[in-house]
Amino acid sequence: MARTIQSLERAAAMLRLLAGGERRLGLSDVASALGLAKGTAHGILRTLQQEGFVEQDPASGRYQLGAELLRLGNSYLDVHELRARALVWADDLARASGESVHLGVLHQQGVLIIHHVFRPDDSRQVLEVGAMQPLHSTALGKVLCAYDPVAHSQLAETGREAFTDRTVTDLAELEGVLDLTRARGWAADVEETWAGVASVAAPIHDRRRMPVGAVGITGAVERVCADGELRAQLVAAVRDCARAVSRDLGAGRF
Amino acid sequence: MTSTHGHGPFIAAIDQGTTSSRCIVFDRDGRIVSVDQKEHEQIFPKPGWVEHDAKEIWANVQQVVAGAVEKAGITAADVKAIGITNQRETTLLWDKNTGEPVHNAIVWQDTRTDALCKELGRNVGQDRFRRETGLPLASYFSGPKVRWLLDNVEGLRERAERGDILFGTMDSWVIWNLTGGVDGGVHVTDVTNASRTMLMNLRSLAWDDRILSSMEIPAAVLPEIRSSAEVYGTAKGGALDGVPVASALGDQQAALFGQTCYDKGEAKSTYGTGTFMLMNTGDEPVQSYNGLLTTVGYRIGDQKPVYALEGSIAVTGSLVQWMRDQMGLIKSAAEIETLASSVEDNGGAYFVPAFSGLFAPYWRSDARGVIAGLTRYVTKAHIARAVLEATAWQTREITDAMTKDSGVELTALKVDGGMTSNNLLMQTLSDFLDAPVVRPMVAETTCLGAAYAAGLAVGFWPDTDALRANWRRAAEWTPRMDADTRDREYKNWLKAVERTMGWIEDEE
Repeated sequence: MARTIQSLERAAAMLRLLAGGERRLGLSDVASALGLAKGTAHGILRTLQQEGFVEQDPASGRYQLGAELLRLGNSYLDVHELRARALVWADDLARASGESVHLGVLHQQGVLIIHHVFRPDDSRQVLEVGAMQPLHSTALGKVLCAYDPVAHSQLAETGREAFTDRTVTDLAELEGVLDLTRARGWAADVEETWAGVASVAAPIHDRRRMPVGAVGITGAVERVCADGELRAQLVAAVRDCARAVSRDLGAGRF
Repeated sequence: MTSTHGHGPFIAAIDQGTTSSRCIVFDRDGRIVSVDQKEHEQIFPKPGWVEHDAKEIWANVQQVVAGAVEKAGITAADVKAIGITNQRETTLLWDKNTGEPVHNAIVWQDTRTDALCKELGRNVGQDRFRRETGLPLASYFSGPKVRWLLDNVEGLRERAERGDILFGTMDSWVIWNLTGGVDGGVHVTDVTNASRTMLMNLRSLAWDDRILSSMEIPAAVLPEIRSSAEVYGTAKGGALDGVPVASALGDQQAALFGQTCYDKGEAKSTYGTGTFMLMNTGDEPVQSYNGLLTTVGYRIGDQKPVYALEGSIAVTGSLVQWMRDQMGLIKSAAEIETLASSVEDNGGAYFVPAFSGLFAPYWRSDARGVIAGLTRYVTKAHIARAVLEATAWQTREITDAMTKDSGVELTALKVDGGMTSNNLLMQTLSDFLDAPVVRPMVAETTCLGAAYAAGLAVGFWPDTDALRANWRRAAEWTPRMDADTRDREYKNWLKAVERTMGWIEDEE
């Protein structure tokens, strides 16, 4: 086994100490319990406090476990909460773009559609909530792979089917696409999953900047693209929507 | 996305609601350009009493109008008309010479007139004025509230008879102030708000002299009854100085209008804390023998009035809140769907949330809530499912009553309100109704309805066909349940409903 890092071991010991026995401990209690100099113990506690793992009671100056630890154990954002927060913004994106809107999250080895707004014309459309889309070829899937490490690891393990002759299936080439996605802040799918269909998607982040999903528009390639390029106005509308939902979830401006 | 909104002109809608006042600016496509909102204080002087400070409300309305106009980056010249929608039945009397309210507004939920309503029923009971007004004698409606104020505010009756006092629901109060107040403000109400006073005859659309004398209300206090879409006057001062004030609709009627339910048989249901469902019944009022209310849906200018049947469900969203706050089974309202989706069905459990009795179509105050069909097998997830099913079954009961009363089968249900983000609930609703359930793209149907009516009055939109063309379907759920399952489940639900009745033996 490789060499361990002493300060991390000490931090772990502190968390265990605060988790058991007395719930609030002063600096000297912590230092003496772990056989540390006060200054060393204080440095570690301050770092843990900055990360939210430890909180200091303002009145007594004693330390206790922080809320962030609870969130770590229970960090999953309810997808129905995500849908409820996204509802108005997704409606507005559909109206602004004239295309259908999908909201997707990572589920097993694909994208689970958790919200779908119809294209605002009077055509017959079927609600696609609950449907799965592939990770490697759709705009939603590429966004998730670019931002969510779990999705990214799934990408290497899944079979990457060539749905059209434009589908990128080579892993190295896909990595390039994901780099571009991270650099631009959005991903596209121009006839890579369905012939004649193009889509654009952008990431949704929660208050801790964690990627929790992706939102995008999907429509006929003739409408979504112009002169072989994605229409800039549509890309901007998708990114605005993703930012608005992220803000609603408490993410800072970025 | 302001770049895609294009440029004016615009319509401003004011929604004077129970907990807040809002102003929304809409463009010609019916899209929202800007919103401003401010809450006001809920005053509870005694158990069962609820009041609002009308001066605070008027100050808030002025603020949100200025706020919405500023956020939109426009001026009064860009706004073609102002529309009003409001909490219904909330009652105010004020001095027309000073503009001062004589008392706080008595809010629709206030139950202080319970005893008075029983007394007014005399030997006939709560249906004494139903034929004329479409309403049962209940504490919600304005007439008895006016009577209470005249009886309980010292010297008020004399001042009222002298002609110094004006009565209004919140539409009248906002319009009177908007159009100048003591300096020439117009004292009007619209047919939908007037239909909730219990003082208006549904057929003649005029104040009913016989009811006025039964309730001992002097005609001098009453506003003029106008249509829901016409120019009542122009705004004097404020952010929208000079703009025509051109519509007024009670909030639920405004949602009916905003959902473009312009044909007989079209219905909308608004899912919030409680649920209000209205069905357009065309140009004839339909008497209800199944516990619904008959009300005016809207009237555009001098066209024929359009009537509606109304059914309300007291406990829908509030049952989900109860699961969260009182039972602690979920952390947020949205989680009810996650919990309910973890099982395939209700596991045999049925939840009838008759927390304060059964409302339409039963009207049984001796009923209390019941969870029926419990076995060792049932988990909290089954209860969560039963919670969502309760909202869907209660909607089914209202639609059945509407079909019985009107003879019109529901073809599709248009939904709005917070609970429409619950996909499982919307699918269940479609399954239980055996009809498509449709969600429109603009969730703010109440404000949109007021904006539409105002826009029609000033020619911003030519007719209701143009408004229909603006309506966009955001989602549609279609029935997936087989008829046998639906019938069996409905039977079980009705059995559970039966078990709620007669729980309270002695009503004080």
